Amino acid sequence: MTTKIKQLKRIDLIFNHEDDCKEILKKSFDRTNEEVINEMVNSGLKGRGGAGFPTGLKWKLTAEVKDSPKYVICNADEGEPGTFKDREILTRVPHKVLAGMAMCAKIIGSRQGYIYLRGEYKFLVPQLREELRKFHQIMDELNLDFEVDIFLGSGAYICGEESALFESMEGKRGEPRNKPPFPTECGYLNKPTVINNVETLAHSYTIMKYGAKKFRELGVKDSWGSKVFSVSGDTPIPGIYELELGMSVQDFVDDFGDGDTKAVQVGGASGFLVPRKRFAKSHIGYQGKLTGVSLPTGGSMMIFNSSRSMYNVLDNYLDFFQEESCGQCTPCRVGCQQLLKGIKAVKRGEKPAAYLDKLLKLTDTMRLTAKCGLGQSVANSFSSIVENFREEMIY
Amino acid sequence: MSNTINLSINGIAVSVEEGKTILEAAQKLHINIPTLCYHKDLCIAGNCRVCVVEQAGVDRLVASCATPVSEGMEINTNSLKVRNCRKHIIELLLAEHNEECTKCYRNGHCELQSIAADLQITNPDFIDLVPDKNYSIDSYSPSIEKDDSKCIRCQRCVRTCAEIQSVGAIAVAHKGAEMKISTFFNQPLNEVVCTNCGQCIVHCPTGALVEKSYVEQVWDAIADPEKHVVVQTAPAVRVGLGEELGFEAGTRVTSRMVAALRRLGFDSVLDTDFTADLTIMEEGTELLMRLKAALFDDNPDVALPMATSCSPGWVKYIEHKYPQYLPNLSTCKSPQQMFGALAKTYYAKNIDVNPANIVSVSIMPCTAKKYEANRPEMKDSGFKDVDFVLTTRELAVMIKQAGIEFDQLNEENYDSIMGIGSGAGVIFGATGGVMEAALRTAYEIVTGREVPFNNLEIKPVRGLAGVKEAVVLIENVRPEWNFLEGVELKCAITNGLENAHQLMEAIERGDRYYHFIEIMACPGGCLGGGGQPFPVDNEIRQKRMDAIYSEDLSLTLRKSHENPEITQIYEEFLGKPLSHKSHELLHTSYVKRQPY
Repeated sequence: MTTKIKQLKRIDLIFNHEDDCKEILKKSFDRTNEEVINEMVNSGLKGRGGAGFPTGLKWKLTAEVKDSPKYVICNADEGEPGTFKDREILTRVPHKVLAGMAMCAKIIGSRQGYIYLRGEYKFLVPQLREELRKFHQIMDELNLDFEVDIFLGSGAYICGEESALFESMEGKRGEPRNKPPFPTECGYLNKPTVINNVETLAHSYTIMKYGAKKFRELGVKDSWGSKVFSVSGDTPIPGIYELELGMSVQDFVDDFGDGDTKAVQVGGASGFLVPRKRFAKSHIGYQGKLTGVSLPTGGSMMIFNSSRSMYNVLDNYLDFFQEESCGQCTPCRVGCQQLLKGIKAVKRGEKPAAYLDKLLKLTDTMRLTAKCGLGQSVANSFSSIVENFREEMIY
Repeated sequence: MSNTINLSINGIAVSVEEGKTILEAAQKLHINIPTLCYHKDLCIAGNCRVCVVEQAGVDRLVASCATPVSEGMEINTNSLKVRNCRKHIIELLLAEHNEECTKCYRNGHCELQSIAADLQITNPDFIDLVPDKNYSIDSYSPSIEKDDSKCIRCQRCVRTCAEIQSVGAIAVAHKGAEMKISTFFNQPLNEVVCTNCGQCIVHCPTGALVEKSYVEQVWDAIADPEKHVVVQTAPAVRVGLGEELGFEAGTRVTSRMVAALRRLGFDSVLDTDFTADLTIMEEGTELLMRLKAALFDDNPDVALPMATSCSPGWVKYIEHKYPQYLPNLSTCKSPQQMFGALAKTYYAKNIDVNPANIVSVSIMPCTAKKYEANRPEMKDSGFKDVDFVLTTRELAVMIKQAGIEFDQLNEENYDSIMGIGSGAGVIFGATGGVMEAALRTAYEIVTGREVPFNNLEIKPVRGLAGVKEAVVLIENVRPEWNFLEGVELKCAITNGLENAHQLMEAIERGDRYYHFIEIMACPGGCLGGGGQPFPVDNEIRQKRMDAIYSEDLSLTLRKSHENPEITQIYEEFLGKPLSHKSHELLHTSYVKRQPY
């Protein structure tokens, strides 16, 4: 991972080969829970799976719930198309992820943790088991009664949605639950649960080691820190890169594009497509949609050059969604099928171009009414592609 | 203890208990929010999204059935955003739905159709998805037809089968566009653990699950001059039928129903209550014999508790799930099948008709009865004992087809013989009824006195509770029943197979010991059966139950053993309970089945 990039600063916090977990954990265990929570809250760390919920707050809320047992779950069901950074983190620095889980466990009072590992990452199990053996030894030495086990998923995209993940772990069909209640009070086995993305947990280790202040030297307001990106598509240098949050898509394209970049899909199939004309105004981060230009991502950055058909790209996403929707709620199950069949019908001339506007309205309904994030976010790629590349949809 | 939450819906203030949902709060204000996946009997799914409403300060819409109220919440159930989304959602469901409404059994009773009509969806935008789906209809079961092309994936049936019935014959399979409600390995319903109870049908909002109809076959039989068509009516039908024909839930329509059946052209209109009374004689005697074997003969092999066998859904359930308890099941056939066996023997002889020309039809609140009539054992008369079973709903269809103005009919009485039933027979229609009827007779046989309950009303066994228990102290017995002196007869009653499951587990663990258990497959007993009118919930079940007990009270004949036709049939035909003839015609055997 020594590929040079021209102008963006490469950060080396996640993947550096620090192996001082025991020491860092001991340091954090010596502090009061309140101090550690404050450190986390002050760091401004937000969930790196893509949804961006403040991590410190999540821990705090779960710590406050008076119920037991409580669980810490590492969401390693990395299934978003174009995302492959969690695999790398678990391969290279799994001890940091486990350290993050232990810190969380100490604070909320949990004795059992799980790594929900994507089925396709089964090959990681032997090395993770070895890592867990070492981890449990450290837990013994530090006198923390906390054990972590691996739960292997079976390949459904939807099980990365936290409540569907709980259902899956409970041996049920992976379908998202109604919210509220939220996992902080009613998660795995209906008990208070912290569920964090792999990278989020690794960052919490960094924060413990270097402090919130240092973490906030990176990034921009409301999007502090660094982020691991999975860069793919039409780029000469695909791979995993840790970069500061807040960069503009233009800066990103300048470094990673092949000189002919037409668009960048930020956040995978459920994210947004940014066309060339918006590169300069679009930033990567969590500032919230009020600014209209900030795009959260679980780390997937797919680069398309001018040889790519945006129709094919969208067709591919929709085919993915109509298969990976759990199928329980109407807007998502039927909506995805309608969008896919709809763009095909327009392309074949069976429906007029104006039908695209009806489909855009449908994605509005899906965003407003779908039961979980999957159905709600189909609108993101659909509207950003159809609105920016309408002619490619028709001709 | 619970707190009150104040909120406003469409600008109207309302206070409800903490933990209630927005939907419940709206209902309190008489604001109707359309729902599909929601059913009062079931846990919340929140998957159809039809009930979405707008909450001030929240960008997305929230599902009112699944969202608890919170202090100061401002809800709009009819904003532009809500209306547009709701309409879209119904359009999406229609795009996936086989819209042959005029050919559908549920036409006029379909919840999807009704909401679509309210929303005036006249020009839907979306592409019809049905042609590409290669749907097929599963019509292999004698009781239930499943048509996936009409399924809206609300999972009410799945939740019913799992939560109320603890059967799990149907479940969700596949995901995304392929997601469907399926059976174990997609086997037809007749080859899986399905008990044919039909609760999935009464909980289905559309025509995806319906009973297998035999209306045309019955019309054909009526039209055939060679055939003598007899009809029997189950106790619970008389308190449900009215709902399909313009009457309030809980209206007793017994004598109008008799008049209607005569107008439909049945040659003889008879009453399953008669064989309910006969069941009491046989089953009550069987119980006493088992108690004698256990308590007097010290026979270690006698199976107690004895379990009732009137409910064919329960019978199939125990055959699948608890085959080790089959010896506990009473060997008595259900009243329907006793009636069938007698119709083509005793009755045929009595009216001097060749039994080969008798067509025996039963009107049942039940879909499992269709299956029961088709069991291979049920041919002891030398013919198929019951030829066709119609549900309460199918009878209503026939009455409508015949142009009968039901509310204008004069009240008429059943024909005889096999037309007289006691109040004890009537209460078979409610959970606890068989137990109460059996106790009225058995107690009197043993002690010579009436059961020690005011007005013969054995209140502890009544009501909609899932599991009921009763203990009856037997004392001052007649000499021949000396071994029962001082015995506390322990009884349990359950309704809904999940409750049966709980009871059987308690018995299996040894936590509970009983002499006699009554188990009905459906919630509330037969009055809540899978063949009863739509819709159903506990309020409606309670009304039907009240009607059953008021029918019992209205009769002078309230004990099975006092039914003069019962005395007559034992004198003329059967001899005595558990006689050789009885065993031949009125008793049956059971088979062990696979647990899935």
